Amino acid sequence: MSTVDGANPLRDAADRRLPRIAGPSGLVIFGVTGDLSRKKLMPAVYDLANRGLLPPGFSLIGFARREWQDEDFAQEVHDAVKQHARTPFREEVWQQLIQGMRFVQGDFDSDEAFEQLKETIQELDKAQGTGGNFAFYLSVPPKFFPLVVQQLKKHGLADQKNGSWRRAVIEKPFGHDLASAKELNEVVHEVFPPEAVFRIDHYLGKETVQNILALRFANTLFEPTWNRSYVDHVQITMAEDIGIGGRAGYYDGIGAARDVIQNHLLQLLALTAMEEPASFDADALAAEKTKVLGAVRLPKDLSKATVRGQYAAGWQGGAKAVGYLEEEGIDPQSKTDTYAAIKLEIDNRRWAGVPFYLRTGKRLGRRVTEIAVVFQRAPHSPFDHTSTEELGRNAIVIRVQPDEGVTVRFGSKVPGTQMEIRDVSMDFAYGESFTESSPEAYERLILDVLLGDSNLFPRVEEVELSWKILDPIEQYWDKHGKPAQYESGTWGPVEADEMLARDGRSWRRP
Amino acid sequence: MKTDLTDTTSSKINKALVLGRRAIGTPAVGMVLTLVIVTDEENAYDALKAANEASREHPSRTLVVIKRGSRSPRDRANARLDAEVRLGADAGSGETVILRLYGEVVDHAQSVVLPLLLPDAPVVVWWPVNAPTDPANDPLGALAQRRVTDTYAAEQPIEELTARAGTYTPGDTDLSWTRITPWRSMLAAALDQVHCTVTSADVAGEEFNPSVELLAMWLAERLKVPVRRSRSNGPGLTSVRLQTSAGPIVLDRPDGSLATLSIQGQPDRAVALKRRETAELIAEELRRLDPDDTYAASLRYGLERLDEEAAVTAPAPEQPVDVTAVPSAETDPAAGPEAGAEKKAPAAKKAPAKKAAAK
Repeated sequence: MSTVDGANPLRDAADRRLPRIAGPSGLVIFGVTGDLSRKKLMPAVYDLANRGLLPPGFSLIGFARREWQDEDFAQEVHDAVKQHARTPFREEVWQQLIQGMRFVQGDFDSDEAFEQLKETIQELDKAQGTGGNFAFYLSVPPKFFPLVVQQLKKHGLADQKNGSWRRAVIEKPFGHDLASAKELNEVVHEVFPPEAVFRIDHYLGKETVQNILALRFANTLFEPTWNRSYVDHVQITMAEDIGIGGRAGYYDGIGAARDVIQNHLLQLLALTAMEEPASFDADALAAEKTKVLGAVRLPKDLSKATVRGQYAAGWQGGAKAVGYLEEEGIDPQSKTDTYAAIKLEIDNRRWAGVPFYLRTGKRLGRRVTEIAVVFQRAPHSPFDHTSTEELGRNAIVIRVQPDEGVTVRFGSKVPGTQMEIRDVSMDFAYGESFTESSPEAYERLILDVLLGDSNLFPRVEEVELSWKILDPIEQYWDKHGKPAQYESGTWGPVEADEMLARDGRSWRRP
Repeated sequence: MKTDLTDTTSSKINKALVLGRRAIGTPAVGMVLTLVIVTDEENAYDALKAANEASREHPSRTLVVIKRGSRSPRDRANARLDAEVRLGADAGSGETVILRLYGEVVDHAQSVVLPLLLPDAPVVVWWPVNAPTDPANDPLGALAQRRVTDTYAAEQPIEELTARAGTYTPGDTDLSWTRITPWRSMLAAALDQVHCTVTSADVAGEEFNPSVELLAMWLAERLKVPVRRSRSNGPGLTSVRLQTSAGPIVLDRPDGSLATLSIQGQPDRAVALKRRETAELIAEELRRLDPDDTYAASLRYGLERLDEEAAVTAPAPEQPVDVTAVPSAETDPAAGPEAGAEKKAPAAKKAPAKKAAAK
């Protein structure tokens, strides 16, 4: 005889073949007709199902204004999956998914639509056994957040009853400054308790980003040098080769710093600089991240420690590109930054005096995200100056995307009769050592939402601390000067190079 | 890129690997393990194909050891090693060396393989057919952290399964066990959904399929309830029924691809449960290289004990579904289910079942 009282006798921690399968649940996507939903969310749901990680009876509800029937919605998901899914299309997986697919048509302010959503959820609980567990994914512009959240509350959709759960998933931007972020948090937390709100920063779902923690805390090779005694400085770069595309309305007035530095780059900084967490659970991780973000200090003279730029006309990768100010829908007087570089310091024993340079931009040389930890030069060299002329600084580079992996750069003797030392790279590539198995960030994050595992989601405190770091810079920029122009397809304005040159350093070419 | 070496040695093969890598311009590769496939000429092609597909997930050096039979005493006296070195696009995402052994060297295959293992990286040995009775003490098996056998491909799978239990050493694993991972994971997910007490279980599947036995033993070991087995026409496993305090939970897969999960008080649900290709099974095997304790516990539970427990609580013989446990238990409990099955299975029926197995 065997009793199932909470503990499932078929589950065993030692049995590592059995995957973490989400419990009975469903996902409601608001703004299901959008790009994100089509390119990322729907394929991720399919890939999860294909890998056998979704519970039997998993349900997907689409909510949008478009006049669709369930079948039209299913067709749309089908097309999106065929086009964008990572794993091969398999009919039997599709048959399993399609049974739980529903569409609810309506505006966000329509009470009937939300009543219908409620009925759909109740129907699915009966037909699919979802047990009242639903996650609401708000893939909508931030101005609709308050409305949707209030509607969920009004129609009792956010109520967690009889051990079931309701969760809210929100995408960036989490406000445009500290005040608006607080306001947004209040709106969401009025309806959902803090532990039921999942803020998606898709960077944190990437394998390489999770690998930062493995690299630092599972090895003995790196951590002893990971401090001010050995590290000269750290560069965190996220470069895009595209312009703003059709996002003029969203982008103008927001800019690169708010769009990228506030969330992605400061999260990468936190993971790179934080102390070892007591354990790998969500609370311990958040505690360390919050601590290090709280210790971030801005340099006194922001004119020397920050640079912003706008891309000017030029050639990017063999294609002619217009400047930001000539983009359609952009005010020719706009002061919005499409490039931002800032220097930060961390006031703690480990990092005092080690600058962290963060930069991001559009229409740069190529699409790349990386963290480079650059080490100090050897304090004494037995080799004479000419033999080490070509020796740079040692560096550990964590390549986040594309071509995920880790590069270590160090000097090595050039073959020959002379003692000549030159930089070489030692590469670890995810694509080589564990080919193909890396799941997409959204797969991991959606699964974590369904499992209620909040390790990889930034918390309220982290979001607010990030704004506290960025707000003074944005205020300074508002009052002083205007963005420097840089030619499209280059690595940013000369002012940014000068900023590092003043410190006797230079940007890596990623 | 392919290099053929006739009447060669391991050191010449190593040299060919280095030259080959230089020639195609990839001097360093991040291979994570060495996979040694021990097989005969007949099964080499399929096994290598599966390994190459699996190497997309786990880039590896694949060594295929083919033991050639000798036809005359002269052949037997002349030991010879031929090798085919494949690199780049011809070898999945790693390196492949096909080793053909003639004559006496057949008995000393480990001397050929040992110098070709990647430094530091784990070694996995896979016998697609004709696995040794005691894999850990086989000269090639002794080189490996993990030894993969496949009782499904054996002439007498059930006997072989019992033998495996006797010689189990941490690091042993069997593809019949790998095949049931999706079933186990679905059954565990089903019990996540219902709070209940399981009182007994039934597993049905085609005959000569050791996965049925392994799944039954796993259920018996984990749930501590009697588990009966019964025969069906396949393909593979066809159904699992758990009797619980909350009514039956049934996972039924008649066609080998789409299954139905029925839980009392809940609507039936379709779940994808496709039979997987060998490449997928090997990829799963290579994902974790530590000893599989759950497999060990299930294997060691023992078929005899399974039959005894099932016989004690078996309902009266009026339930005709139960062809295995009840009759064999009545006649001779120690004989095990296969004795009953052998008698019942006419030779003609055995052939198609085998064919399905090969697929």
